[in-house]
Amino acid sequence: MTDLQRPKSEVRNDFLLQHQAAQFLYREARLLDERRLSDWLELLAEDLHYFMPLRRNIKYGDWHLEYSDPETEISYFDEDKSILTGRVRQIETGVHWAEEPVSRFEHIISNVEVTDQIGDEIYVNSKFYTYQNRLADEVQVFCGRRYDVLRRDEVTDFKIVKRKILIAQNVLLAKVINTFF
Amino acid sequence: MDLSVRTSKGDKFLRSFIDSEKGTVNRELYINQDVFEQEMEQIYRRCWLFLGHESQLRNPGDFFVSRMGTEEVLVVRDRKDQKIRAFLNSCRHRGEKVCRYDQGNSLIFTCPFHAWTYDTSGRLVGAAGQNSPQGYAGDLKKEDWGLTEVAQFTNYYGTLWATWDKDAPSFEDYLGPFAESVRYMCEGSDGVDNGLEVFTPFQKWRVPTNWKVPAFTSSRDPEHGAMTHRSVNAAAIGPMRELQGGDRSRKRQLIENITYVCGDHNLGHGGAWTKYLAPGIAEYVDGWYEDGVDDYFREMHVKKMEKYKDRIVPPQGHDAGHFCVFPNFIMDAWRWRIWHPHEVGVVERWSLFGVDKDAPKHVKDAVRHYVMRYNGPSGATESDDMENWNYVYPASRGAVAREWDYNFANGLGHGFQEDGAPGALVFNGNRSEEAHRARFSRWLAFMEAESWDDLYPIKSDANHRLW
Repeated sequence: MTDLQRPKSEVRNDFLLQHQAAQFLYREARLLDERRLSDWLELLAEDLHYFMPLRRNIKYGDWHLEYSDPETEISYFDEDKSILTGRVRQIETGVHWAEEPVSRFEHIISNVEVTDQIGDEIYVNSKFYTYQNRLADEVQVFCGRRYDVLRRDEVTDFKIVKRKILIAQNVLLAKVINTFF
Repeated sequence: MDLSVRTSKGDKFLRSFIDSEKGTVNRELYINQDVFEQEMEQIYRRCWLFLGHESQLRNPGDFFVSRMGTEEVLVVRDRKDQKIRAFLNSCRHRGEKVCRYDQGNSLIFTCPFHAWTYDTSGRLVGAAGQNSPQGYAGDLKKEDWGLTEVAQFTNYYGTLWATWDKDAPSFEDYLGPFAESVRYMCEGSDGVDNGLEVFTPFQKWRVPTNWKVPAFTSSRDPEHGAMTHRSVNAAAIGPMRELQGGDRSRKRQLIENITYVCGDHNLGHGGAWTKYLAPGIAEYVDGWYEDGVDDYFREMHVKKMEKYKDRIVPPQGHDAGHFCVFPNFIMDAWRWRIWHPHEVGVVERWSLFGVDKDAPKHVKDAVRHYVMRYNGPSGATESDDMENWNYVYPASRGAVAREWDYNFANGLGHGFQEDGAPGALVFNGNRSEEAHRARFSRWLAFMEAESWDDLYPIKSDANHRLW
């Protein structure tokens, strides 16, 4: 998934596939920004693993220690679709104070690369720059990378099967994370 | 008059910002820069502070970086004697951080500035130019230039604590009547002492507010739950997830008891306090969604019941504990929260979660996933706390807003002391703000005291109860 080698030529040169993957990720970002969270949930596979690890400051080369391990350690998110559905339900109560009044989010997605294709699943890397503005003057910025596995779907083009979100922060500088990446 | 207890507001003294008759605290104490600077001197240099857990340092040379107030400390298990020690993370030469990693294993700590190098017991073992004829020429007395070690350090049933003050009482005396509660919180679910390890890494995040907002008044604050956490059950993040209507609380059965909020006005600790009226521990109630997790905890619980069958459990028993160890450490059973002040209006929160060290993986996984969806900056419950604690600060800072007082009067005048109970342990209704008031009794004592001679009640026979 994190292969740094050049993607296979049948993927690299498949302009339509590259285009479809990028369009899907842009659409997903727009749904979040338009607060269409129930529609966003439709893009998630039933067997989704949604993972956003913590990041340590570590010695050069101790890369195995940098990200929290989803098998044994604590992360920001390490969950399935049912928990994410619960989070959406919570926001939609209108009394989830961390996101009430609701924020103005802009999820900017870029650097989309389809790196592999196995069966009906594709491997897609991208970057996010998420700007949050809420109440009068509160601003947060979340910036990082994502490694996704997307599965072909007749209705929504793709479903997100796996998402690994690497935020470029050690101590989280925002008081909460009340959006999705 | 001692200027150290003045604020920059004219000649007003700290004591005058607390009205014990009305039960109020002036907002100035939360937003004043001078007050913050004095807190770092008077409180954070003298109190016992939480550093971490021994399970983070299993092997010789293992280290992690923690905090004591606004400063970083390096906590390391020595390679030679295997003891855990804590040092200020600041090179003795020019003050650069000698360790810039969150954790790891090392033979030595070499400052990246001039190569001053310390071993895992904090001793200086080398420095650039130490033998150069044009430099120190062998005159650098290494034994005088070791890392600055904390004055006292203790491993209390697996939890690691330190103080910068050599005159502070022992940690157990510092805890006073809450010592058995801290010990109890460190038991495994089978009732065995020091039965936990902590999940790593810790969640760490910044909240733009004064440290006292969460540290002093989140334990125990029973009246915030219904409003602050109104949305939470919709998220179904409890151990039972969608079962039981998404209830965020785990079901428990309790021995007959009376529940109080209790504050120790001499020591500053306090929170929930359950007085059990009969010995023993009640039967286990199934409450986990994942297969096999209840089987494990039920089996452990039987062992714990055996241990306590003829004993009254401590007031934090039955997983019911929620209290603050003065000044900035909250124990909510095995969920531990530390509030590190950074600036007058910025606090950094660290979260630790304990779990039975010998639990099988599927149990650890269930507990781990539960705490991730419940707690922290991405936790469905705590995120709402952050919002409220945050906006207290900007909404209290203005020239008009800061003139007003916070109301700490819930239950004022209804507290009582018990015969035979330690000096200033005050019991009050289980929805009262008694523990918050106790924090301020202790806060003022620290801010006014010249030394621990004025602070440790057994020595001075003091009663710091303000209200």
